[in-house]
Amino acid sequence: MKNSAEMKDGVFNRLYQGKALPVLMIVSIIIVAWYGFAVWLNAPWQVGVYERAEISDWTASQFVVDTLNQKRPVLPSAHQVFVEIWNTTVLKNPTSRRSLLYHAWITLSATGLGFAIGSILGILLAVGITHSRAMDKSTMPWIVASQTIPILAIAPMIIVVLNAIGISGVLPKALISTYLSFFPIAVGMVKGFRSPEQIQLDLMYTYGASKTQTFWKLRWFAALPYLFTSMKIAIAISLVGAIVGELPTGAVAGLGARLLSGSYYGQTVQIWSALFMAAALAATLVALVSLVERIVTRNLGAQIIGAQTKGAN
Amino acid sequence: MNYSLVVGAVVFWLVAWATNEWLVRLNVENRTIGRSIDLVVPLLFGVSILVLWEGLVRGLNVSPILLPPPSMIWARILVSGSILWADFQQTFLKSVLVGFAFGCGSGFLVAIAVDRSPFLQRGLLPIGNFVSALPIVGVAPIMVMWFGFDWPSKVAVVVVMTFFPMLVNTVSGLAAASSMQKDLMRTYAGSYWQTLFALRLPAAAPFIFNALKINSTLALIGAIVAEFFGTPIVGMGFRISTEVGRMNVDLVWAEIAVAALAGTTFYGLIALIERKVTFWHPSVRG
Repeated sequence: MKNSAEMKDGVFNRLYQGKALPVLMIVSIIIVAWYGFAVWLNAPWQVGVYERAEISDWTASQFVVDTLNQKRPVLPSAHQVFVEIWNTTVLKNPTSRRSLLYHAWITLSATGLGFAIGSILGILLAVGITHSRAMDKSTMPWIVASQTIPILAIAPMIIVVLNAIGISGVLPKALISTYLSFFPIAVGMVKGFRSPEQIQLDLMYTYGASKTQTFWKLRWFAALPYLFTSMKIAIAISLVGAIVGELPTGAVAGLGARLLSGSYYGQTVQIWSALFMAAALAATLVALVSLVERIVTRNLGAQIIGAQTKGAN
Repeated sequence: MNYSLVVGAVVFWLVAWATNEWLVRLNVENRTIGRSIDLVVPLLFGVSILVLWEGLVRGLNVSPILLPPPSMIWARILVSGSILWADFQQTFLKSVLVGFAFGCGSGFLVAIAVDRSPFLQRGLLPIGNFVSALPIVGVAPIMVMWFGFDWPSKVAVVVVMTFFPMLVNTVSGLAAASSMQKDLMRTYAGSYWQTLFALRLPAAAPFIFNALKINSTLALIGAIVAEFFGTPIVGMGFRISTEVGRMNVDLVWAEIAVAALAGTTFYGLIALIERKVTFWHPSVRG
């Protein structure tokens, strides 16, 4: 690289070539841009406030401070969002309805339940597809096609219809998460169960291994890297499913409900803090799957080869 | 209860499954017959599912509010054609297509813009990957507040959702050309832009199409979910959320059928263009 030739080895060079400095720089650019936009977007409202209060001698610095601390800003500033998150997580009792942790827990339980059911169903379907040719030929095209349709649109119907027959609470939301996480797991596991090479299957054959033995001793372990890759996609999309599933019941509880009630009452700070909570939750869940993946692969002494796919669906 | 309907449907399903078992075991030499079997088997499976659905729902007297039979949904599609078309125009032709074009276009342009700076790329890639895993649909209420109830706010949601997959995939695609190929361009004295257009963008095409395919689904989801947060009285998401409240479940299913058809067609079109553009790629050639 041209840059490395020009620079002497040193701390700065190491930082420049690493990942941390560029990421930090982009993040700080985003934060600066955020404050810039906050001042710009909140300015018209602030001018109106000054006019009504007949304050005409405001200074530029006072103006900036006031735009960043409005009660219902068009774009809340970063520190407002973090103060709100701090107030609603650390300073509130986690079991109270005003605590963001309470709402995050509601969403998380639906996500987790749906993800667990979806993973099990997806793996079972993949086992069926790998072992039955008729099932493979007849269901696989539909599974692939189902990836192209906006499944999330079905969410309000599942919620309302299940409510109508008396099933409410965590299960309907979990069903949406199940539905969403099911397909990536099934598709990934079919690929995974088929990933052993012919030469490995031949070895099992020469050992006289039965189909079950081949499955548990070869196919299952060969499929593990694929399982974790699709689980990362599936858990992220499960969370989206749980959040969207909270919308149609009318803001009761959960992060989706916080988004909805925030948009009803124009509480932008509340919307942004729910959004950041959801982002933190997604990041934690994906990191958790990665952690389990690391532990499992290290204990099995396996290497992850070629199972990394780009992009979530 | 009408058990003959239930038994008939189950028998039909079993017969269809047995036929499929028989079809996939056939050893066919002829390639066209083999191809048509590959087509018939999933179709037969799909039809048998529809028959099973119809038979069970009608035979067991399941309330049409819980699950309407397919024939009722089809009848509804025929009757409510004008409503469905208006919703399709609002959601797909305005929100989805415009948002998709702007989101993918801006992601692509930003990727080209940071192409000459490995520093910015190293900063943007982890952030792009991180953001791709976040529940971005959540920005919908904010966008509705900023851009109003009509389709521009949905366009904004779709732009935010489709931007990052495109950015990440284009950046990795631009790194796909091998150093040998780049050396060849150097020996030809190809300029940066010549190398970009003659070598690196075509080499990035499979990655870019991957992003386009992912985004085709994301765009539709974004537009529909954004409509749950407020819209004028037209649109697929609006129709789904209001009609489900009025227990017109057959219209909701009709709307979902339209959405599914639109999504699949959109995806299929992109896949078709991909085959034409990346004809040299092993996955297409083979």
